[in-house]
Amino acid sequence: MSRHRTTFTVNGQTQCVEIEARRTLAETLRENCGLTGTHVGCEHGVCGACTVLVDDAPMRSCLIFGVQVDGAAIRTIEGLAAADGTLNALQQAFQDHHGLQCGFCTPGFLMLATWMLERPQKITEASLREVMSSNLCRCTGYQGILDAVRAAARRLGRWDDAGAISTPA
Amino acid sequence: MDPVGAAPLLCTPFRTSSVGPSMKPAAFDYHAPATLDQALDLLRNHGEEARILAGGQSLVPTMAFRMARPSVLVDINRISALAYTKAEGNSLRIGALARHAWFETPVAAGPVGALLAQVAHSIAHAPIRQRGTFCGSLAHADPASEWCATVLALGGTLLLAGPDGRREIAAADWFQGVFTTAIEPGEMLAEVRLPLLDPGWRCGFAEFSRRAGDFALTMAVVAIRIEDGGMREVRIALGGIGGRPELASRAAALLIGQPPSAAIAREAAACAAADCDPQDDIHAPADYRRDLVRSMVRRALTQAFAA
Ligand SMILES: Cc1cc2nc3c(=O)[nH]c(=O)nc-3n(C[C@H](O)[C@H](O)[C@H](O)COP(=O)(O)OP(=O)(O)OC[C@H]3O[C@@H](n4cnc5c(N)ncnc54)[C@H](O)[C@@H]3O)c2cc1C
Ligand code: FES
Ligand code: FES
Repeated sequence: MSRHRTTFTVNGQTQCVEIEARRTLAETLRENCGLTGTHVGCEHGVCGACTVLVDDAPMRSCLIFGVQVDGAAIRTIEGLAAADGTLNALQQAFQDHHGLQCGFCTPGFLMLATWMLERPQKITEASLREVMSSNLCRCTGYQGILDAVRAAARRLGRWDDAGAISTPA
Repeated sequence: MDPVGAAPLLCTPFRTSSVGPSMKPAAFDYHAPATLDQALDLLRNHGEEARILAGGQSLVPTMAFRMARPSVLVDINRISALAYTKAEGNSLRIGALARHAWFETPVAAGPVGALLAQVAHSIAHAPIRQRGTFCGSLAHADPASEWCATVLALGGTLLLAGPDGRREIAAADWFQGVFTTAIEPGEMLAEVRLPLLDPGWRCGFAEFSRRAGDFALTMAVVAIRIEDGGMREVRIALGGIGGRPELASRAAALLIGQPPSAAIAREAAACAAADCDPQDDIHAPADYRRDLVRSMVRRALTQAFAA
């Protein structure tokens, strides 16, 4: 089994860790970097709780090994709020619209939604549902989560009223 | 070498120690070659022990379950020369590091680029598509892989790089069974080539899965060339039925010479359903899958006719 010295940034801060090759990025963040905001649910790619941004793209951090992100820029839930703890617009919308209950899935949903809000294309109802269906939540019934992202997207000027939902013939 | 090997089964899910024994996959040696030749050398040197790590979206889950326990991983993600799609003449070349998400917007003009874009949206979920690769799907050969059925429908060619040089293999000869292909030890799937069908062709795709992003219970991919109002060439591929994607040849033959119509789509769909041989499994009884074949073939044909 090989061990590797791996360097990357998390929310702009350089991290240099020495890890076994089999350690996933999720574990690396939690165990080696002490950043336990990224949650681990299924550990096999199904639930999305572990979603982080790797070079600005959303990925399941349980399906990438830590050694693979050498040189990459990682963003996690810990990087969303301001330094004084003030929630950002998306986080505030989750609170306002009951986008969470137990909160276990929340870091994954927030990182996924962060990506949607930052993409060049605006968010439509159809793309909102398609992308948000990536992750599982056992509490909210999803409507609160969709309401929250919709509200944040409107507030940030990232919402597009077109985009009806298509159903198969 | 590693002091934390013995304890994993005893540990609780909540650990604060920075050296906590938490890894689910079995231990392995990791290599990240920068070139295809280096990757092939590693594969040759480590023989059956070695596995290629592409997007990891199928391999890492099976390692987490310890269904796969490779002792060497050859990570190809640093081989930037493999990260391409290129439309050249009438073929589309897809390199081993082309990610699913790249296809969500058409990578080529014409019916094939449009088909790939439609199909891409049905593969797993957005974050998985950011990482998973087209060629990884072909190598993994899940019976319900959308790309596998698509490459079969389009009559694609696979380019393998190995210890004895390169060879090509037709899609129809590639799929051998569940997760089983014609790949030989030491070989890597370097590229897939798809014919860039001219605008005389129309394509269609339909699949059914119970939840968004799940592997489909059944899918159909069709490509049809229409000339002078009649169908001249027809290919219908089915996925999710048996151990590998298959062509519904009799249903396709039935359409030759016919003008597109709702009635002929229904007839061909019924024929494909009658000919296929699904098995009962935990996801669906055979009869249900057979009925889905009928619906999916009809929907895919209807889409192609309207294109
Ligand atoms: C929750 C979830 C849902 C999914 N849903 C779907 C779905 O609906 N449809 C679907 O098609 N897929 C689905 N997938 C799988 C996903 O598409 C994978 O990306 C794909 O199956 C494998 O591609 P990869 O690049 O991730 O390969 P990896 O996981 O890295 O590798 C898979 C296998 O192929 C081998 N391999 C990879 N690349 C090569 C190569 N170039 N040459 C030789 N061997 C190679 C590896 O050694 C390994 O054995 C899903 C995955 C998850 C986690
Ligand atoms: S913990 Fe990564 S997808 Fe569930
Ligand atoms: S809030 Fe509890 S799982 Fe989503």
